Amino acid sequence: MSTTKIIIAGFGGQGILFTGKLMAYQGMIAGRYVSWLPSYGPEVRGGTCNCSVIVSDEPIGSPIIDSPDIVIAMNRPSLDKYEPTLAKGGKLFVESSLIDRKAERDDVTVYYVPAAEIASENGDNRLGNMVVHGNVMSRSDCFPFDTVAAAIEKVISARHRDLLDINMKMLEAGYKYES
Amino acid sequence: MSEKVLMKGNEAIAEAAIRSGCRFYLGYPITPQTEVAAYMAKRMPKIGGTFLQAESELSAINMVYGVASAGKRCMTSSSSPGISLKCEGLSYLAACDLPSVIVNVQRGGPGLGGIQPSQSDYFQATKGSGHGDFRMIVLAPSSVQEMADLTSLAFDLADKHRMPAMILADGTIGQMMEPVELAEDMHATQYEKPWACTGTKLERGHNIINSLILKPEILERLNIERYEKYKIVESEEVRYEEYMMDDAEICIVAFGIASRVAKSAIMEARKQGVKVGLIRPITLWPFPAEPIRAAADKVKAFISVELSMGQLIYDVRLASECKKPVHLCSRVGGMITSPDYVLKKILEVNEMGGAV
Repeated sequence: MSTTKIIIAGFGGQGILFTGKLMAYQGMIAGRYVSWLPSYGPEVRGGTCNCSVIVSDEPIGSPIIDSPDIVIAMNRPSLDKYEPTLAKGGKLFVESSLIDRKAERDDVTVYYVPAAEIASENGDNRLGNMVVHGNVMSRSDCFPFDTVAAAIEKVISARHRDLLDINMKMLEAGYKYES
Repeated sequence: MSEKVLMKGNEAIAEAAIRSGCRFYLGYPITPQTEVAAYMAKRMPKIGGTFLQAESELSAINMVYGVASAGKRCMTSSSSPGISLKCEGLSYLAACDLPSVIVNVQRGGPGLGGIQPSQSDYFQATKGSGHGDFRMIVLAPSSVQEMADLTSLAFDLADKHRMPAMILADGTIGQMMEPVELAEDMHATQYEKPWACTGTKLERGHNIINSLILKPEILERLNIERYEKYKIVESEEVRYEEYMMDDAEICIVAFGIASRVAKSAIMEARKQGVKVGLIRPITLWPFPAEPIRAAADKVKAFISVELSMGQLIYDVRLASECKKPVHLCSRVGGMITSPDYVLKKILEVNEMGGAV
C-alpha cells in the first residue's frame, strides 16, 4: 500500500494546476485513487499558486497535504514556503533557472532542474512545468512515463491541441535531464 | 456507466443536475461555487435548457420559485453570503411545497467572511434557513462522486416529498478534482405533478400556489400537515455511513470534508491502538439520530469534528441524549482541521476516558 503526496507551487501562469491535473490523470489511468486540490482565490497571473495531488492505492482521506513526499518549487516564495514542510526522505525539485538559492534541508533529496532554460532551448520557454514533470517521472516510480501521453490527451484543452507535440517534447527533455 | 473522468466537485454537481433532468439553472456568481454556473452556461444552451444569470441572489431564488411552480426541475447555487440572501425565498418555497434544489458551497463567515472552505452554515441549513416552521432536506457530500450522486438524489427527494432540498458542500469538495463515474441518465424517477401551474386547458380548476394564508385556523392546519410529511421524511430518508464503528470506544461524528480528515486520523489512531470510529451523516436533515443514540450505549465519548465553532455538536448531544461526553474538535474561518490535529484530540479524549 503506498500513497504519494505532491505539492506543486509557483507563479500563476506557470502551468501549476495543469501539471497537477496531468499527474492526477496519470494516477487514474494506472487505476489508482487520486485527488487534486488547487489553491483558489484572488490568484492571478504572476501571483502565487499551488496545487496538492495525492496518488494512492487506498481511498484518499483528507485531500489536504501537511507533509508532502514530493515538492516542486517553481519560484523562490514556493521554495521558502514548502521546503520546511517536506517529509523526511522526501524529494525536492527546484526550478534552478528562476530560484537563486540552494535548498537548506539535508534530510531530503534535492534535484535542481533549470526548467525554463531547458524549455527555452527546446523552443518554448513557457513550458518549464512540463520539463520539471518529465524529471519527476524519471526520479519517482509514482508516474510511469508510458502513461503520460494518454494523460495529456485528456488534460490539454481543444484550444491548445496544437501544443500537444511540443508538450511531449518538453516532458522527454525533462525525463532525460540529469543534474 | 460511462468511463471515469476527472472533475471538480462543482462541475460534478452541474453535470449530475443536467443528467437528472434539470433544464433550468438560475444563479449568481460567487466564489467558491462559480464553476457550477460556468458549467451550466456552457452546457444548457446546447441541450435546450435555460441558463440564466440573475441580477441578484434574491432574483435567482424567486426564479426558482417560478420554475418550480410550473413543475419543472430547477436548481440554483451559491456560497454562504449568497445563501443568506436566498433564505427569504427558501421559506416561500417550503411554504408552497415546491420541489427545488439549492446548492451551498460554504465559505468562512459570518458576514462576507472569506472565500476558503467552511461548514459554519450548518445551523442555517438544518434549522433556520428562513422564517416560519419548515424544513429542507439537507445532503452533505464528502467526495466529488457524492457531489454528483447526492445532487441526483436531491432532485428525486425534492419531487417525492414536494419540498426544497439543499446540497451543503464546502469550498474544498467544490474545488477539488477526483475521478467520477456518471450514469448516462440519472433521472431515475418521474413524478407526476398534478399541482403544477401549467395551464388548465379548460379541463380542470385553477392550481394556485400561494403562501399568504390569513385565516389562522387554516394556516395552523397547513403547518401541521406539513410536519406530518416531515415525519415521513424523517422515517424514510435518513442516510449515513458508519466507519470502523464495530469495536469503537470513541465515536467521531463528522460530515463532508471534515469526515475525510477524520478518516485519515482514525487510521492513524488505530495504528496506535486507539479504537475509534466514525458516524458520518449524509443527510443532515433528517439527522441520523438513531445510530448515534445506539452508539452512546457502547462508546465512552463522542468527538464532533466540524469546521464551525460548535454547531453539529448540538445535534450529537441531542441524539446521544447526553449519555456520554461530547467533545469539540474544530477549525474555522477557512482553516481546515488536519489529520494530526484530529489525532491529537482523539488521543486526548482517549486519555480522559469517559470523563468530561
